[in-house]
Amino acid sequence: MSEPSSTEKKVIPIAVAAPEAAVPESPAGPMIRTLGLVSAICGLIIVGAYQGTYDAVAANKRIATERAVFKVLPKAKSIGEFVAAPGGGIARVGAGETAIPPGAVKFFAAWDEAGKLAGIAAEGGAKGYADTVRIMFGYQPDCQCVVGIGVVSMRETPGIGDKILTDKEFLANFNALDAKLKEDLSALANEVKAVKHGTKSGAWQVDAIAGATITSRAVGKAINDTAQALLPRLVPNLDKLGSKS
Amino acid sequence: MTTPIEIRSAPHVQSAKTVEMIMRHVVYSLLPICAFYVFQYGVSALASIIVVTGACLLTERFFVGTGTQAGRLSDYSAVITGLLLALTLPPGFPLWMGAVAGIVAIALGKALFGGIGFNVFNPALVGRAFVQAAFPTAIATYTPSFLPGRFTEFIPSTLALPLMIPADPASWLKAKSLDALAGATPLAKWKFDGVLANADELLTSLSGHMAVGPSPLLILVCGAYLASRRFMDWRIPLAILGSAALTASLLYAFDAARYPNPFFMLFSGGLILGAVYMATDMATSPVTPKGMWVYGALIGLLTVVIRYYSGLPEGVMYAILIANAASPLIERITQPVPFGRGVLDRVKKRATYPLNPGYISREEANAVTPKKRFLPNKPKK
Amino acid sequence: MSAAAPQTWDEFMEGVWKQNPTFVMILGMCPTLAVTVSAINAISMGLSTALVLIASCGLVSMMRNVTPKEVRIAVYIVIIATFVTAVDYAIQAISLALYDALGAFIQLIVVNCIILGRAEAHAAKNPPWPAMVNAAGMGVGFTIGLLALGVVREILGAGTLFGISLFGVGFQPWVIMVLPPGGFFVLGAWLLFFSWLERRKLRRQSSATEVAHHV
Repeated sequence: MSEPSSTEKKVIPIAVAAPEAAVPESPAGPMIRTLGLVSAICGLIIVGAYQGTYDAVAANKRIATERAVFKVLPKAKSIGEFVAAPGGGIARVGAGETAIPPGAVKFFAAWDEAGKLAGIAAEGGAKGYADTVRIMFGYQPDCQCVVGIGVVSMRETPGIGDKILTDKEFLANFNALDAKLKEDLSALANEVKAVKHGTKSGAWQVDAIAGATITSRAVGKAINDTAQALLPRLVPNLDKLGSKS
Repeated sequence: MTTPIEIRSAPHVQSAKTVEMIMRHVVYSLLPICAFYVFQYGVSALASIIVVTGACLLTERFFVGTGTQAGRLSDYSAVITGLLLALTLPPGFPLWMGAVAGIVAIALGKALFGGIGFNVFNPALVGRAFVQAAFPTAIATYTPSFLPGRFTEFIPSTLALPLMIPADPASWLKAKSLDALAGATPLAKWKFDGVLANADELLTSLSGHMAVGPSPLLILVCGAYLASRRFMDWRIPLAILGSAALTASLLYAFDAARYPNPFFMLFSGGLILGAVYMATDMATSPVTPKGMWVYGALIGLLTVVIRYYSGLPEGVMYAILIANAASPLIERITQPVPFGRGVLDRVKKRATYPLNPGYISREEANAVTPKKRFLPNKPKK
Repeated sequence: MSAAAPQTWDEFMEGVWKQNPTFVMILGMCPTLAVTVSAINAISMGLSTALVLIASCGLVSMMRNVTPKEVRIAVYIVIIATFVTAVDYAIQAISLALYDALGAFIQLIVVNCIILGRAEAHAAKNPPWPAMVNAAGMGVGFTIGLLALGVVREILGAGTLFGISLFGVGFQPWVIMVLPPGGFFVLGAWLLFFSWLERRKLRRQSSATEVAHHV
């Protein structure tokens, strides 16, 4: 600040490697003062922006999640977020908590108007043709089956891989995709798997879209991986989700 | 008006072979292939060939007219591009998409680089790569060959309105009591359903309704004519087919259940057409004999690798484009060594200077490089 | 520098046309190619960048007399990062779908060379008002550049403009236009068009002077 005019005019081209020795160095005091001032102003701006938008952002995020869950479980009216711990047992995630313990699987319980459990929604991901395909699927405890899927994110080839969003025959797989557990509840009785177009033989198989086999397979694998991890922990505890708490 | 004096650098040796003459003979040799293709697929194929070639010629005419291009409309190179492009597209490819392919092939594949002889990539394949990326569904929709009534009736997808989705030929085929899957190419059938086609079906498709492209046998015959008249170098096709056959038979010997036989690899898809007519494009392939072998071997290997290990059933197009890009490098490392000089004494690297603004005088810094003029086009006055 | 009206206008138009960041200076190519798959994405990206540009150039210019040259880049980056963070929150609050579509490119505005370049080359040497006008011009120029790409890519790639269908249900989308190569092709075509305009202008000027010499 002692010599503001000399710092103002001089511009050193970046390409020149050797600095010109003639320019006097600024003293340390003003530098620290300026940096402190800038940090203070910027800190204020950021805090202001965060506070000002916090409610709107949180509301947006909640609406987005709800919309995704309601899409796979049309009967649902309200949702709650849970985690299934690796050792078994489930716990509700409170509002604002974002960290989940390692190995735990996150899922959503959805209730209908009367407060009865309408289904479970969980996310899964598997490698598709271009990138990971992340899907949300709904699980119905009554029939022990997957009842609907929605895509959370994907980068599959438009016109080929993204048919998983629109292809009616493919989506019909998920009207009641069998996801029964074995007797001892350790794993799925039948692995959920995508099979070649036209060769579906069991209620647990996904009939792939012709020409988009890789993407279809990714959807099957995403459901299978999440269901294998989640359902054995979830099913014994289903009664805990019985009504909206 | 005075005649401009033409000054040219060496070589001044006169030869009967001009670019135009070679190109004309390539066109002649393509005509029987086109005729048989039309015989296979009927009036749709004919319309496709005419529209694609027309689009290429009109685009070429536009760019030649701007005076920034080497070459002339009459040198037949655009005709070759158009015919080859049409032969690589499905016969029922919508005409408007074919026109897009033709325009892109000449504009992006050739005019952008400065016209004939300057292009880095084969223009026909640039056009095909563009439509492959733009319309992946339409370009994978083949229809069976030798359908009854093919000379009086268009394949429904051919006549799609511009910018509109073509009709799905599945229901049209059903009306002709043919399975919708009959339209898949042999490669797609092998890749997605694990069904191998028979040899006789592949070669001419005369025995059934197999959806093969232009007949490989006819292409080999026409290619042999070109090679015998020295209009085309025989090394490149031989290297491609040899290396593809070698790679395929090694894999076949390794696991015969998983990999198809080498004969299927060679004669399915566009490998023969690519090897004989596309990879041999003079501007985009190496000129040294050793380089040609390397270039061909690279294409053959890449083709088989892409077919086996990628999501696409066909790999010839990308293999040739990649090898096109590599051909300057191949030329550089296969330069013949003058007699008497050891292989090891390479030309030393040129001296380099750090670029300092002080070294460039004011006049030099403001200098404008004169614009290139190509004489045959006559500068506009 | 006085803030007289015509001069201010010139200052503004400098960035919009003569020094257009996208088509003349070819700066900020990363967001230009990445987020212009639709017109609405392009406009949001352009406006976000413009907001950051105006606000940070204003602040940089206000602090120009107390910023020692040794720490100026650090100061600029902190200021720019602050406004980027604020814009990032604002977009999350407006629409999560838009936030997902723009992805990391909002945060990457921090390293957009247009903004640092303006701060270093203009805002640091001029009073706040001209600096902000100049920044606004650059921001609008950048938005126009992105929009030019976004419009073409959306029309060909999806058959829509700002989400409104143009060709009806039967439209065949050009898949390549929403893939990265489409961005390069459309950008190349626009650059070709603008350099053709420039060439034509130069030719007209030179032929006009030739005529003047003859007379």
